[in-house]
Amino acid sequence: MTDPVLSARGLVKRYGRVTALDRCDFDLMPGEILAVIGDNGAGKSTLIKAISGAVIPDAGEIRLEGRPVRFASPIEARQAGIETVYQTLAMSPALSIADNIFMGRELRCPGIMGSLFRRLDRRAMEAFAREKLNDLGLMTIQNITQPVETLSGGQRQGVAVARAAAFGSRLIILDEPTAALGVKESRRVLDLILDVRARGLPIILISHNMPHVFEVADRIHIHRLGRRLCTIRPADHSMSDAVAFMTGARTPPDVMEAA
Amino acid sequence: MSSQAEPTDDFEGIAARAPNRHAAFQPHRKGAMGRAHDLLHATPALVPMIVLIAAVAVFGLVLGAKFFSPFALTLILQQVQIVGVLAAAQSLIVLTAGIDLSVGATAVFCSVIMGKLVFEVGLPAPLAVLAGLIAGTAIGGLNGWLVSRVRLPPFIVTLGMWQIVLAATYLYSGNETIRAQDIEATAPFLQFLRGKLQLGGATLTFGVILMLLLVLVLAYALRSTAWGRHVYAVGDDPEAAALAGVNVHRTLMSVYLLVGLICALAGWVMIGRFGSVSPSATTGVIGNIQSITAVVIGGISLFGGRGSILGAFFGALIVGVFELGLRMAGANPQWTFLLIGALIIGAVAVDQWIRKVSA
Repeated sequence: MTDPVLSARGLVKRYGRVTALDRCDFDLMPGEILAVIGDNGAGKSTLIKAISGAVIPDAGEIRLEGRPVRFASPIEARQAGIETVYQTLAMSPALSIADNIFMGRELRCPGIMGSLFRRLDRRAMEAFAREKLNDLGLMTIQNITQPVETLSGGQRQGVAVARAAAFGSRLIILDEPTAALGVKESRRVLDLILDVRARGLPIILISHNMPHVFEVADRIHIHRLGRRLCTIRPADHSMSDAVAFMTGARTPPDVMEAA
Repeated sequence: MSSQAEPTDDFEGIAARAPNRHAAFQPHRKGAMGRAHDLLHATPALVPMIVLIAAVAVFGLVLGAKFFSPFALTLILQQVQIVGVLAAAQSLIVLTAGIDLSVGATAVFCSVIMGKLVFEVGLPAPLAVLAGLIAGTAIGGLNGWLVSRVRLPPFIVTLGMWQIVLAATYLYSGNETIRAQDIEATAPFLQFLRGKLQLGGATLTFGVILMLLLVLVLAYALRSTAWGRHVYAVGDDPEAAALAGVNVHRTLMSVYLLVGLICALAGWVMIGRFGSVSPSATTGVIGNIQSITAVVIGGISLFGGRGSILGAFFGALIVGVFELGLRMAGANPQWTFLLIGALIIGAVAVDQWIRKVSA
């Protein structure tokens, strides 16, 4: 069996008396889309934040390609090649698409203009941003310098996914990417996710939308009461099974542990 | 709910048959108003620039050569140099969605430090100026630390710092003014920014040149460097900026430290402008309001993340043009305040309109 790209063992995170993660395990395999589902308050977000560096777990170990890692901030996770598309998208509405794509990793002009005067290489950044949006078939967005606030919800999501795909070298985390979108825009984003997987990047997809999860996911991590309840394959189970496991209405067959 | 096994209904197929334009950027036809809106959205300094040009034109027409002369126009620059420098500092804070009530008091405090260190401690003037600049930077740093680390609202932090610094100024100086003649005799370097360049009838003092350079350098830094983009992003939405990889704390600290330094420079400009060092200079009390006025008229959004420092500079000039123009016209000075008040409200109304994405 291949080794997971990312694995976590025994993660614990407490907020006061609330235990959000209770010795939680997690595995992401190369090239797969792993959906993470769970009831509200099951600790999905905390798990994802622990992986993306936004939360530091109280105990437990995270390994990236076999090496133990400890992220103190999202920036460190990013430097390790983990890109996250947050539900809020983390974009500055007043700034341009290109500015947003390069936020926190701007390119400077070559030579003295860049080293001494710290001048941004606008042309290079815009060309790169245009190319990445093109790659994902998003170039219906025509003006790379237009402020993000002039984009529709689906376009913004597209830009955020493009940003993650452009810089994520190990894996991408998508938090509820279709939650705020209409039917057609959701479709575009799901296609985008499949596109990104086709380019070999593994994806963690957090979603409440069962049809979307069952359509794109290779495996589904079901989270319950702060830990991994089980991992299932969409082909082996129905959506009602998944919901039953997730809500505790039924106990899963404990065969597919750590699969 | 979503618990059925298969999506039996082909709802997405139906949607796919609809015209596929959902993600297209449509430059739908807009009227002149719409295009004006787009332009202002992209270049917010345009409104104050137009107001400034209009004000100069109106006063020029009414008052003739008396107002519309190199002498009078550069006199305006000299009269706004202190407020102009403070407005540059205030712009940075307001762009991060903060406000700084302590700018004027910090400037006065730093000018007093510069004077006292020469006349009481006997330091050479350049060292005294340097010490003043360091003191200003330290005050800015303290503000920044309280805002960024202790997470107090900037309004509260700087309201307190304003009183503290103002009181410290009086306590430290014993409310004694250092006279211009004394400074000229023993430490002319303190008045260095008084020096002037004569170009025909135009008079540019070094203080004015410092203000212009400061505005241009900051405009460049905000527009064309990563630091500037981070300042805007932090002001726009600090959480989004942090998640996108901006070090919000470092950005805020850099802004507040820089603002402290600029306020100290304003203190040095004050010595150049007045010749003397006076702890009771009005800048300590109203410098904050003057700078906020310039920033607001200049079209910088008090909600942060929008506007340009050039706008704030134009805002300071607009106030200067009104003051000089109305005085030359022999109007009661209260008219100046009345008009400035109307401009402030008008500017914020325009800002609200510009902030709307679609007109």
